[in-house]
Amino acid sequence: MFSVDHKVIGRQYLDLALVAVFTGMVLSWLMRFHLGWPDTPIPGLGKIAPGGAAGGVMTPEYYLALMTMHGTIMVFFVLTTAPFAGFGNFLLPIQVGAEDMAFPRINMMSFWVTLVAFLVLVAAFFVGDQPPLSGWTAYAPLSAVGKDAGPGQGWGQTLWAISIGIFCIAQLLGSLNFIATTLDLRTRGMSLARMPMATWAWFITAVIALVAFAVLMPACILLILDRVAGTSFFIPGGLVISDQLQPHTGGSPLLWQHLFWFFGHPEVYVAILPGFGIVSQILPVFARKPLLGPKVFIACLAAIAFLSYTVWGHHMFLSGMNPFSATLFSVPTLVITIPAAIVTLLWIGTIYGARLRFTSASLFALGFVSVFVSGGISGFFLAQPSTDIYLHGTYFVVAHFHFVMGVAAMFGIFAGTYFWFPKMFGRMMSETLGKWHFWLTFIGVYCIFMPMHYLGLAGNVRRYSAFTDDYLQPLIPLHRFITIAALVTGAAQLIFLYNLIRSRLRGPQAPDNPWEATTLEWSTSSPPPHDNFGGRRPVVTQGPNEYAVAGPGGRDYIMQAESR
Amino acid sequence: MGRLFAVVVTAIALVSVTLFALHTWWLPPDISTHGGRIDSQLNETMIVAGILFVAAQLALGVFVWRFGERGGTRATWPVRIFPGGATPMVVIATVLVGIEILVLTLVGSKVWASVYQSPPPPGALQIDVLAEQFAFYFRYAGADGKFGVIHPEKMSDADQNFFGLDPATDTTARDDIVVATLVVPANQPVALRLHAKDVNHSFYVREARIQQDFVPGMVIPLHFTATTPGRYELVCTQLCGLGHYNMRAYVEVKSPAEFGQWLKAQQPAF
Repeated sequence: MFSVDHKVIGRQYLDLALVAVFTGMVLSWLMRFHLGWPDTPIPGLGKIAPGGAAGGVMTPEYYLALMTMHGTIMVFFVLTTAPFAGFGNFLLPIQVGAEDMAFPRINMMSFWVTLVAFLVLVAAFFVGDQPPLSGWTAYAPLSAVGKDAGPGQGWGQTLWAISIGIFCIAQLLGSLNFIATTLDLRTRGMSLARMPMATWAWFITAVIALVAFAVLMPACILLILDRVAGTSFFIPGGLVISDQLQPHTGGSPLLWQHLFWFFGHPEVYVAILPGFGIVSQILPVFARKPLLGPKVFIACLAAIAFLSYTVWGHHMFLSGMNPFSATLFSVPTLVITIPAAIVTLLWIGTIYGARLRFTSASLFALGFVSVFVSGGISGFFLAQPSTDIYLHGTYFVVAHFHFVMGVAAMFGIFAGTYFWFPKMFGRMMSETLGKWHFWLTFIGVYCIFMPMHYLGLAGNVRRYSAFTDDYLQPLIPLHRFITIAALVTGAAQLIFLYNLIRSRLRGPQAPDNPWEATTLEWSTSSPPPHDNFGGRRPVVTQGPNEYAVAGPGGRDYIMQAESR
Repeated sequence: MGRLFAVVVTAIALVSVTLFALHTWWLPPDISTHGGRIDSQLNETMIVAGILFVAAQLALGVFVWRFGERGGTRATWPVRIFPGGATPMVVIATVLVGIEILVLTLVGSKVWASVYQSPPPPGALQIDVLAEQFAFYFRYAGADGKFGVIHPEKMSDADQNFFGLDPATDTTARDDIVVATLVVPANQPVALRLHAKDVNHSFYVREARIQQDFVPGMVIPLHFTATTPGRYELVCTQLCGLGHYNMRAYVEVKSPAEFGQWLKAQQPAF
C-alpha cells in the first residue's frame, strides 16, 4: 500500500478520483433533483443529513453546501488527480523509458498528502455546525469573516481552506517530480522531439500546475489566518454583518479574487491539457495514421500554457476591478482560442484519410473533440466584457465550464481508461459495455449542458437553491428536463463502474500491445514489471507517430524501441 | 459505428443551433439606451460562433462517416494525409479566429467603454444602493441634494437604519429618502453608487442589460438610462449566503412626471 512504485501511485490516484467522482456525481444528482422539484422529499436524505434536509427536503444552505462540495471535489480531486496525477504517474515514466519517477518517495508523499486533503474536505461535511457553502471559489469576505455571515461559515469553511492548502502541497510535489522525470530520466534515444504527445501534455501541465498551486497555497494560508487569527488580508474595515460591526480593517476582497483566479484559470488547463495529450495519442492509434502536425501541437500547448497566466481577469470583469483592465484581459483570452482552434483542426485533420477503428477509447476521443468544440465556442461570449455584462453569473457560464473543463476532461479520462486499462491491469475491458457507456454519456451530456446555455440567455442566475423570481419560474420545466437527463446520464456511469470492476476481476487476458500502438508502454508486458522493462532499458529509435508505414512483419506501424 | 457517430453529432449540432436561432429561450426586450449595442454584439458573436460550431461538428461527422471502418472488416483503402498537412489548419485558425477577435474587440470595447469607462452624463440622478444579506436598499438625496454620511457603526437592521445615518448631528442626512424599490425616471440617466454592507453581492437587471458586483470596502459607480416604463426584477448574482436565491428587489421605471410625483410623496427616513 505504501508503495514508491509510480504505477501503484498512479492507480491509487485513479482510485481516489473514482471515489471522488461518484461522490461528486451523487451531490449533483441531489442538487438537480432539488432544482426540478424543490418541495419533493428525497428518500433517505433526511436520515443522512437531519440538519440540512429534515424530512428529505433540503434547506437553501444545504443546497449551497452540496454545490460547494460538488465543485471542490470535482475540480481538485477528480479533474486534477485523474488526468494529470493519475494517468501521468502511471504512464509518464514508462513512456520516457524510465524505471520510476525521479523522486519516488516524494511521489508517494504527494499521493498520501492528497488523500489527507480529501479526508479533511470530507470532514468539513460533518464537523461543526454546517458544511461550507461559499462555492469552490470561496470568495472573501463571505468565506473569511466567520460565523456572523451565517451557517456554513464556522469550522466547515476553515477545514475547506485547510484541505485546499494541503492539496496544493501535494500538487507542488507532484509537478516537480513530473518535470524532473521528463527532463532527466529519458532513456537513450528519447529526445524531446520523440516524446509521445501525452508525455508532452503532462510535462507542460506540470509546469502550469507548479506556478498555479504555488499561488493558491499562500492564498489559502492567508484565508485561514483571516478566519482563525484575526488578520484582515481579505476583509476591509467597516463591515456590518448580522448587525455586528466586524473587528477587521484594511483588507481587500479583490485580492482573494486575483490570487484565486491567478490559480483558477491555469487550473482549467491543468484539467484539460492532459486530455489534449491523451486524445492526441489515442486518435492516431485508431486512425492508423500519424497525428497531423505534432510539432504544431506541442507549440500550441506551450502557447496555451503561457497565455493561461495572462487571462485570469476575465473572471473579474464585473468584480469592481478597474474597468480599463477588462480589455487587457479580454484580448489574451480571445487570443488563446487560436491555439485551441488549431489543435482542434489538427484532430479533425488527423481523421481525414484515416482507417478509423471504433473502440470505446476512440469513440470517447472523438466525443472529446465534439464536446471540446461545444465548450470552447461559448467562451467567445464570456471572453468579451460587453457580452459578459449580461451573461456573467448565469447558467451560460455553468454550461461553458462544464463542457470545456468538466465533460471534455472526463471524456479524456474515459478514453484514457479504456485505452490503458489493459496495460494497467493486464485484462481487457468489455467493449460492448464501453460502447453503451459512450452513447448514453455522449447524448446525455448534451441534453444536460446544452440547455443551460438557453437558461443563461434567459438570464437564469446560477447558485440559486430555488427559483422564486417571477421571470425564473417559467424556466423550471427546462430545469426538470436537465434534471432527468442528469439522472439518466449519471445512471449510465454505473455501466462504466460495473465494467471496471468486472474487467479487473474477470476480463480476458490482455496482450502486450492490444491496440497496435507505438509508444514504449506497449513494448513491455501488461501489466509492466516493477522496474517497467524487466531489467533492461529500451533504446528509442523512432518518434511516437510511426503509423501508416511499412513496419516489421508487414505491420503498418513501427514501435518506438524498434528499428526499421 | 462511424455512420451512427456522424448522424448523432449532426443531429446534436442542428437541434442545438435551431433552438438558439428560434429564440425559444432568449433575452427579454432591452429597456436601456446602451443595451441595444450589447444585444447586437451578442447577436454578431452568436452568428460567428454558430457557424464555427456547426462547421466543426459537421467536419468531424463527415470525416468519421467517410473514413470510419464499416462492420467487422479491417479497412484496406490507402491512408492519406490532409492536403497541405498542418499548414492550412494553422492558417485557417489564425486568420479566421484572428479577424474575429479583432472585430469583436474593436466593436465590443466601445460598448464596454460606454457603460464602464465613461462618467455618467451631467445631470444624472444620483442614487445610493446598499446591498446586505439578503436585501437591497436605495437612497435618494432629498430636498438638499446632499447625501448624509454613512457610519458603519450606526448601521442597524433592527432600527431600520440601513445606511448607518446620523440625523442627530448630520443635517444632510435628515432629508435622505430610503426605500426598498429602485424607482427611476425614464430617459434620464441614473448614476448609482454601490455599497456592500457585509459580503459581495451583485446588481443584475436583465432588461437593463446591466450587471455589477458590490464589493465590501469599495464604492462602485454604475450608470444607465432606462427607456421603457415598467416593473423589472433586480436580482443578486454573487453568492452571498443561504438567502442568495431570494435576494431581489424591483426596479420601477416611471415617466418623468410620475417619478416627480412619487419622489415628492416619499417621507424622509428620519
